[in-house]
Amino acid sequence: MNKNKEQLLNKRYKAEQRFRLYGLSAIFMALLFLTIFIFKIFSTGYSAFQKTWLIVPVTFDAELMMLDRNPSKEDLQDADYYDIALKSMADLDPNANEDQENELKRMVSYFFEKEIKNELLNDPSLIGKTKEVYLTASDDLDQVFKGNYPRDLPEDQRRVSDYQLKIFDQLVANGKVESKFNISFFTNADSREAELAGIASSFMGSIFSILVCLMIAFPVAVLAAIYLEEFAPKNRFTDFIEVNINNLAAVPSIVFGLLGLGVLLAIFQLPRSTPLVGGITLSLMTLPTIIIAARASLKAVPPSIREAALAMGASRMQTTMHHTVPLSMPGTLSGTIIGLAQALGETAPLILIGMVAFVNTIPGSPMDPAASLPVQIYIWAESAERGFVEKVSACIMVLLGFLITMNLFAQIIRHKFEKKWS
Amino acid sequence: MRKNGVKMIKIKAKDVDVFYGKKQALFNISLDIEENQVTALIGPSGCGKSTFLRCLNRMNDVIDICSVKGEILINDFNINDKSCDVVRLREKIGMVFQKPNPFPKTLYENVSYGPTIHGMAQSKQEMDEIVETSLKKAALWEEVKDRLHEPGTGLSGGQQQRLCIARAISVRPEVILMDEPCSALDPIATAQIEELIDELKKEHTIIIVTHSMAQAARVSQNTGFFHLGQLIEHGSTDKIFKNPDNTKTQDYITGRFG
Repeated sequence: MNKNKEQLLNKRYKAEQRFRLYGLSAIFMALLFLTIFIFKIFSTGYSAFQKTWLIVPVTFDAELMMLDRNPSKEDLQDADYYDIALKSMADLDPNANEDQENELKRMVSYFFEKEIKNELLNDPSLIGKTKEVYLTASDDLDQVFKGNYPRDLPEDQRRVSDYQLKIFDQLVANGKVESKFNISFFTNADSREAELAGIASSFMGSIFSILVCLMIAFPVAVLAAIYLEEFAPKNRFTDFIEVNINNLAAVPSIVFGLLGLGVLLAIFQLPRSTPLVGGITLSLMTLPTIIIAARASLKAVPPSIREAALAMGASRMQTTMHHTVPLSMPGTLSGTIIGLAQALGETAPLILIGMVAFVNTIPGSPMDPAASLPVQIYIWAESAERGFVEKVSACIMVLLGFLITMNLFAQIIRHKFEKKWS
Repeated sequence: MRKNGVKMIKIKAKDVDVFYGKKQALFNISLDIEENQVTALIGPSGCGKSTFLRCLNRMNDVIDICSVKGEILINDFNINDKSCDVVRLREKIGMVFQKPNPFPKTLYENVSYGPTIHGMAQSKQEMDEIVETSLKKAALWEEVKDRLHEPGTGLSGGQQQRLCIARAISVRPEVILMDEPCSALDPIATAQIEELIDELKKEHTIIIVTHSMAQAARVSQNTGFFHLGQLIEHGSTDKIFKNPDNTKTQDYITGRFG
């Protein structure tokens, strides 16, 4: 009998040990996947925060620019920079023929003429002098410099020619190629040229969408939750509403996109591709999430608090507004932020309402066309150029950073304002 | 309280039935409650004494499936009548619950809440006075006067319950209902509350539900004994405890069941 008992005890301990092991391996698996995912994103994406510059001597020849001796500001604005820009690139190889001169020109972004112009506008005294100017390298050379470009491919399968590589290597050897922090990634809108493409438009688009979504979804959801939880009679009809709110939370997001397309764009004729429409569509999607979170946190307020207030002669409205709602706010707010974080990562509905369009301007209001971060990822992931590969990962990093910040904020709110009741 | 030898009746319940859905919880309760006396309601768990107490300030309204039939007259006015305003009623009938339930706000806010919503103070000074008097009457003033702006939930259990009493008396109710106010407290805190109840009956009519027969014997002048939703017997505490008419009462008092 005693021996049997001991065996049983041993068995129970072993079972517990096995269970712990399963749990640990589950956590290990989850962490492993997460690490692989994050490592992949970071290792691909980190180089997008660096940008390669070619340092090229430029001679600001007044004659080539068609300038008078004492040019005014307007003259400088209107001057012809194409020739000196072209000449400074061609001068990199004095023996270049016409084809090779064209190839030299393509070593920098098509924007190089503007970069030279800005240099002179900043310092008009440069006329007639020669100065080394930083020019944005083409996306292909940028990738070469970062080591992301397979140089051993046959030349006809490469977008960079042997000649370009030769000149580039000379520049590198002379220290005329430099890598600097890529500010334009954060300040530029999208562009067809990978070296110039940035996330400013999609970042602002995301922020505007989220703000519109918050302003619509939060008040509606909180009022609905308060009414359902504190005032509505419990009957078939309210049960029916409750079931449908839960169903709504499970509706695939693309369906909301179709709704936005069919109602907001087709019937109300709201402007296409704007954060306004995106935000309204997202708010429909976020609404049930916030209602459910708000109801849960209203439910979590102990009934004894309501009874205390009611017994003091507070009306139902006073009980709700003075006690229940303030006590439920931390939970409601963190639920809201999590709902918004979900909306922030949503792609499908935004594609349907046209926020997938190529937007090369930065939106100043929710009424201007814009992209959004997840859609930007989608657009870039579809692009063929090698330069966009790292941009996709970099954009994912920004989006993840945004999401983590929001979730952190939700946690802080929950901890800071959570009140303890006896 | 007797005036010219006549008992002053504050609350008169006539044939009160309470239903939770289809289940009847109280059967035909008729009970008179004397003014400025402590009336104890005793009985085993689930006998309906708390349900009856909650009828007196219509707290049962909060429970959707609960319905109350019969008349309850307070100052000869039927509170189950449609014309009765429940907010007004609860201003007159305060309540202290089983578990101390201060608002998660400061002590001051806890006590000033009732007077604020009922517009009882014209100035900050008046409010300060109400808070001070209420806390003094609840025998809590000396302990907390230096930390009125700290959260009420930071007090000990007994202090919290006295805070709840202070909150209840802040609006000067005519009646105070107490639902097992000492069941969550230790003997010392219980003794303090019992002393307080004795003091409060000078100005208020008190009805207390209690599990402890010793407590009922100590604090009350009248006692009602409930069993299975029926009021078995009621009368002066002396009589109920020393010479009950009903054998069930006798059995319960002597600890043979319950």
